[in-house]
Amino acid sequence: MIILEATDIGISFGGVKAVDGVSFSVGPGQILSIIGPNGAGKTTLFNVVSGVYTAGRGAIRLSGEDVTGLAPHRLAERGLSRTFQNLQIFQRMTACENVMVGRHLRERCSLLPALFRTPSVTRQNRETRAAALALLEDVGLKDAADIPAGSLPYGACKRLEIARALAAEPRVLLLDEPAAGCNAVETEEIDHLIRQVADRGVAVVLVEHDMKLVMKISDRILVLERGRPLVEGTPREVRDDPRVLEAYLGQHGAREAARA
Amino acid sequence: MRVLANQRFLTLAILAVVIAVLPFVFPSSYYFRVASLVWVSALAAVGLNILMGQAGQVSLGHAAFFGIGAYAVAIGPAHLGIPSWAALLIGALLSAVLAYLVGRPILRLKGHYLAIATLGLGVLVALVITTESSWTGGPDGMPVERLTLFGWRVSGSSTWYWVTGGLLLVGTWIALNLDETPTGRAFRALHDSEVAAQVVGVDVARFKLQAFVIAAVYASLAGSALAFMNGFINPDQAGFLHSVELVTMVVLGGLGSVLGSIVGAAVLITLPQALTVFQEYEHLLLGLIIIVAMIFMRNGIVPSLSSLLVRKARS
Repeated sequence: MIILEATDIGISFGGVKAVDGVSFSVGPGQILSIIGPNGAGKTTLFNVVSGVYTAGRGAIRLSGEDVTGLAPHRLAERGLSRTFQNLQIFQRMTACENVMVGRHLRERCSLLPALFRTPSVTRQNRETRAAALALLEDVGLKDAADIPAGSLPYGACKRLEIARALAAEPRVLLLDEPAAGCNAVETEEIDHLIRQVADRGVAVVLVEHDMKLVMKISDRILVLERGRPLVEGTPREVRDDPRVLEAYLGQHGAREAARA
Repeated sequence: MRVLANQRFLTLAILAVVIAVLPFVFPSSYYFRVASLVWVSALAAVGLNILMGQAGQVSLGHAAFFGIGAYAVAIGPAHLGIPSWAALLIGALLSAVLAYLVGRPILRLKGHYLAIATLGLGVLVALVITTESSWTGGPDGMPVERLTLFGWRVSGSSTWYWVTGGLLLVGTWIALNLDETPTGRAFRALHDSEVAAQVVGVDVARFKLQAFVIAAVYASLAGSALAFMNGFINPDQAGFLHSVELVTMVVLGGLGSVLGSIVGAAVLITLPQALTVFQEYEHLLLGLIIIVAMIFMRNGIVPSLSSLLVRKARS
C-alpha cells in the first residue's frame, strides 16, 4: 500500500533545474531516506511535496488523491506534516504553545466562543495542553514546556519541531535533517523517536546527512545528484553502489576511497 | 499556562482598579474628559494590537474604521432616522464588511501589502467624509445626537467616564480571551513563521483576515463612543494622522501586550495635555519623548518595564 506518491517531479528557478524528474513513493510504517550531496535538491523536493513551492511538472498523490499544487494547509488537512532544515519554530511562543499550534486541525476553532471564553473553549484548551505535554515528554522536552521557544538550544528546537509535526497526527511525516547539529546522544534519541513513529504506521520521509543514522533506520534510500535521481534501493544496495560514492566524493575521491 | 492565566487576571485587575480609583483623585471634570478620551483611544488600540501585535499585520488606515463608527452614529439618527444604538451596530457591521472586502484579496499575498492598501483606504474614507458635505457636514464636521438607552439619556463627563471605562474593560477582556484559544495561537504562530503555521494546517489568509476584521470592529465601536461622548464629530477622526497615532499607541506601549496598548494610549493622550505649558515647544518635546522612549524601551513601555522588574526580582 502506498500513502504518498510523487511522480516525475520537476521545478526550475530561472533556468536552473533544482529538481528534475524525481519519483518516489512511501507506504505506512516505511522509512524512506533521501540523500545526496549539498545542492542535490533534497530540501527543494520537500518544499514541493509539502506545497511550499508549486511544482513545474509532475504529480503528487496522497492516499490516492491527486494533491498536486494544493496549499500547505490543505495538505496538512490530508495528513501531511513536516519539519524544516532551517528551524521554523514560533520563537515568541512557549515550547508547549508551539506544540499546541500543531494540534490546530484537531481543535474546533470558531471565533465567537473564543472571544467570550465559553467553558467549551477552556475545556478544549486543557485537552490540547495535555496532548502537547505528552508529546513534549516523548521528545524529552517536558521540563521546557513553559519556556519561550526562542530561548531553547538548537537541538531542543529540532526536537520541538518534530513534536509539533507529530501533534497533527500525520499519516506522512517529512523530516528535513532532524539530526543536524545534534550530538551523538541526541541523534540516538531521534533515531529511536523516528522508529517509534514509523511503528505506529506513519510513513516517514527523511532527509539527513548523518549516514550512520540513515543506514541504520531506512527501509529504502533514494540518492539525488544535481536534482536528478541517481540510485534507489535498500541501504545495503546504496552503500555498495560506486555511483553514490562518486556523487559524494567525485571520481578521484571514489578511487581513493576504494583503495583505502 | 498558569503564568499566562495570572497575567490575564492581573491585566484585568489592574485596569479595573485604575478605572475605579482615578475619579477619587480627579480635581475637576476636565480630568474625566481626558480619561474618557484615553479609554476610547485605548479601545481602538487594543483592537489594533490584535492585528499588529498578535497577527503581525500593519494597518496604516485604521482611523477609517474609527471614522465610519463615528459618522454612522452621527448620520444614522440625523439623516436616516435610525436610533442611535442601531446606528452604532450598523457602523460596526459596515466596518467589518469593508475590512473583509479590502482584506480578502490583499491578505492572500505575503508581505506588508495590507499597510499600503489600508493607507489608501484611510485616505479614501477621509476624502469621502470631507467632500460629501450634505451628509457629513464636510470639513466642519457635524453634531451627534445624544445616545439614549431605554429612556436614559447618556450624558455628562462622569457618566461617559464610566461608560467608556466599562467598554474598555470588556474590550480588554475579549482581547485577552482570544490569546489562549486556537484562533489566538494561530495569530501568533503566523506572525512568527507563516510557512510553519501553514504546514500545521493554519489557513494563514483566513486568520489574517479575521484579525483585520476584529481590529476594524474595535476601531468602529471606539469611534462611535467618541462621537456620542463629544456630541460632535469632524473628519480629523478618520484622517491619516489619527491612523498614525493609533499605530504609535500600540508600538509605544509594546506590540503584543494588551496592557501596553492601553498604556500607549494613555501616554499619547495625556502627554500633549501635560506639555501644553511648554506652548510652542509642545510637539518638539512630544516627539523627543517618544523617540527616547523607543530607543531605551525598544520592545515598548510595558514589555520593557516588566522584563526589568523580573530581572530586578531575580537579582
